[in-house]
Amino acid sequence: MREVAVIAYAQTPMTRDAGAQNEVELIMQVVHQALDEVKLNQTDIDFTCSGSCDYLQGVTFAFVDGLNAVSSVPPINESHVEMDAAWALYESWLKIQMEEADVALVYGFGKSSPGELRSIMTLQLDPYYLAPLWPDSVSLAALQAKAMIDNKMITEESMAKVVKRSRKNAKSNPNSQLSGDFSIGDLLSEPIFVSPLRKHDCSPITDGASAIILATKEKALSLCRNPAFITSIDHRVETAQFGYRNLTSSPSIQKSSEVINLSDYSIDAAELHAPFSHQELLLIKELQLNEEVSINKSGGVLAGNIMMSAGLDRIGSMFNLIKSGKVRTGLAHATSGPCLQQNMLIIMESKNE
Amino acid sequence: MSEEKILEFEAPIYFKYSYTAGKTTTSFLNSIKKGKLVGQKCPKCRGVYVPPRGSCPKDGVATEEEIELPDIGTVESFTINYLPIPGGAVDPPYVSANIILDGADLAFMHIVDGIDHSEVRVGMRVKAHWKPKNEWKASLENIAYFQPIDEPDLPLNHLSDEKNA
Repeated sequence: MREVAVIAYAQTPMTRDAGAQNEVELIMQVVHQALDEVKLNQTDIDFTCSGSCDYLQGVTFAFVDGLNAVSSVPPINESHVEMDAAWALYESWLKIQMEEADVALVYGFGKSSPGELRSIMTLQLDPYYLAPLWPDSVSLAALQAKAMIDNKMITEESMAKVVKRSRKNAKSNPNSQLSGDFSIGDLLSEPIFVSPLRKHDCSPITDGASAIILATKEKALSLCRNPAFITSIDHRVETAQFGYRNLTSSPSIQKSSEVINLSDYSIDAAELHAPFSHQELLLIKELQLNEEVSINKSGGVLAGNIMMSAGLDRIGSMFNLIKSGKVRTGLAHATSGPCLQQNMLIIMESKNE
Repeated sequence: MSEEKILEFEAPIYFKYSYTAGKTTTSFLNSIKKGKLVGQKCPKCRGVYVPPRGSCPKDGVATEEEIELPDIGTVESFTINYLPIPGGAVDPPYVSANIILDGADLAFMHIVDGIDHSEVRVGMRVKAHWKPKNEWKASLENIAYFQPIDEPDLPLNHLSDEKNA
């Protein structure tokens, strides 16, 4: 295996509505910021990979238009996933393992403000039996939360605690969309949105983009003072047949934890991609994270959720913690699909003595 | 009793979007509303793009400097369409051409007319034939088509040389 590290990360401010800025304008900012951070040009990049969803923009091949943000003359080696850009990072990691690249640029972007996000997410469901009934993303998450509450795994209060911590942590994240100090009482007095979820249990609708640069060990050490090495990475998907799943557990997380030998690591911090408060509690349980692990220092996606980039942002946020020396060994998690259907786990480590 | 074969079912999808053209396209559309073709120049390679997309496809950097271009250019390539396109605005046969405006580095597609189709050729000099002013809106359709002007054709190598320079 080749040793691969994250060496740069950039993110636009997460906003409810980026207004007249289009996707290309959002991507361009972060791609240049990430390249500048390690003093590279697009010609130094061996492989470029992006993650986005054309339905968000409502334009076919919108992801191709996104390439106007990167220099593609002379022609570049490029790919795209119609998924969260965390999976674009996975593809880039594979390219590096295959020795087809030493340095890779990954970016993700999503402007959710122009469309009807809750319904657009329905299009990722089974098109024969489920999607024609139009269950929206919040309602599906609510089914999961209800099942967890009825199983006595969580309470509305424990969900509110997740929100409280997210908003508090987000105060020190300059890009966050939602932050502040709230008491559990404040939060529980908010009206129910989709039972049992309150609005603050759901990640917000966000516009933005982010970019990460990956490199082999040799390149990483010459370009970055404290790269975050990807020690272990795995992703698993559960069935698309919603009714077959037990929503109160996550077999994909359990399996991936085993594969990456999670229990062998002493994890200082975790960045979890939980678009709904109850999902963070499920993740903590399935990952068996103890109370000493600091969770979502960035605020997590409840503080800002760039659709199709929020998973990549977990990896980027963990990179920030490692680069600054605050964390030695961290866990980043990304998810995709309804109710944590697909999950990726990444162990990231500093190699500095 | 044999089962009826289900060959299709309807699952209609409707979505509403509030589309944002972006800073650059908004500026271009506001100019063409007034009958002006305004492109943008790359700060690195000095390439000029019309219609501008806000970034240089070569360098991947933002283009901000605006430059007004004439409505005169050259046919870089063309084809004659004989098949109707569902919902198409123009009845066939018609000529679609890649036209590169004088001073621009990127061609865009438009229609060539006002000439017998068999006489259209690569290198032919053309000028915009604008619709009547009262029909102008924020669209490239304000130009009905490009028509030939009385100027000698540009040699083919001139077109490609400029681009590769």
